[in-house]
Amino acid sequence: MMPAGGAPRLQSHKQVTAQELFDSFSKAFAEKIQAKTEFRGETTYTIAGADLREIAKFCRDELSFDYLLDITSIDNHEQEPRFEIVYHLYSMPHTVHLRLTLKISEEISAVDTVSDIWPTANWHEREAYDMMGIRFNGHADLRRILMWEGYPYFPLRKDFPLEGLPSEMPDVAFTKATPLEGGPFVTIPSTAGSKDREPRARPPEL
Amino acid sequence: MPEERATAYDSKIEGNVIFTRFDAALNWVRKNSLWPMPMGLACCAIELMATAASRFDIARFGAEVMRFSPRQCDVMIVAGTVTYKMALAVKRIYEQMPEPKWVIAMGACASTGGMYRSYATLQGIDQLIPVDVYISGCPPRPEALLAGLMKLQEKISRERSFRNQNLELAEKLEDAFG
Repeated sequence: MMPAGGAPRLQSHKQVTAQELFDSFSKAFAEKIQAKTEFRGETTYTIAGADLREIAKFCRDELSFDYLLDITSIDNHEQEPRFEIVYHLYSMPHTVHLRLTLKISEEISAVDTVSDIWPTANWHEREAYDMMGIRFNGHADLRRILMWEGYPYFPLRKDFPLEGLPSEMPDVAFTKATPLEGGPFVTIPSTAGSKDREPRARPPEL
Repeated sequence: MPEERATAYDSKIEGNVIFTRFDAALNWVRKNSLWPMPMGLACCAIELMATAASRFDIARFGAEVMRFSPRQCDVMIVAGTVTYKMALAVKRIYEQMPEPKWVIAMGACASTGGMYRSYATLQGIDQLIPVDVYISGCPPRPEALLAGLMKLQEKISRERSFRNQNLELAEKLEDAFG
């Protein structure tokens, strides 16, 4: 709709296609990309922890991936390397999504911070530290964000039970193991109706 | 136990003096002016706000004065999920409330931990402070909160306030007058 008064229509700035962005990325880091996957239009590059900052700066400055949507972490329990960190990038000018993943082993358990490249990474990295125990080198204020300082466990690791472990910090907080009563009540994937799919108590064989 | 009796009162006949039991009078005063301490922690707080707003109007029951200072409150309405991180803060606020005080656990999370059977959620605020009325729901409708408040009012009207206030005097009077 043209506004009354004859104001000029907004020119959309030159939009680069996703493919062009990914081609520039592949050209710049040909030997540093460990893997590239494409799934349903989503592109993921697997890189090494040592190259993270260089690649992140390139993505933000050259490829205009100016919006870090999320940093998350995966615990591949008993697989080497144990932890996987996933960065979701988005380019606002070109409306393109990109995912970067990197794997680190449990012995290292640390990665460089990107909080000076995208300031939002500050809290995302604190959450990854709080829940998984992954440290971020160079982070300005790496402390727990959801649990309290002094809480002795990393709750989202696979070897931490859902019901929690008892802990005690006098005057700060305490935790107890929750009674599960046969739960967690998980839905069994099947074509049965919901009454059969969601049993009151988990069957012993599951 | 103080008996609840509706008395017909005509000031021309009886003058400006009513005779009643101390318990009845004190309980009536307390239950009809319960000032809530809104411990609104999560989604139930939205329903608490809705109950305080004009459509459901908790002010009809004397509870419109939602003072966020515990020193001025009678009843703490714990509305929302109590995480372990917040649990001791809730306890501290409860301890700052002067007697007589009551607690309403509003919603599933405050009553029993709700759907969050996990490492981070306290399984019911009654693990830390004594609760008088539990209201189920996720979240309970404003009518349910009002029903819970009315139940608390009934509970208060059954209390033996005179004995609780001054046990020594009550026993002395009982000994003297039987």
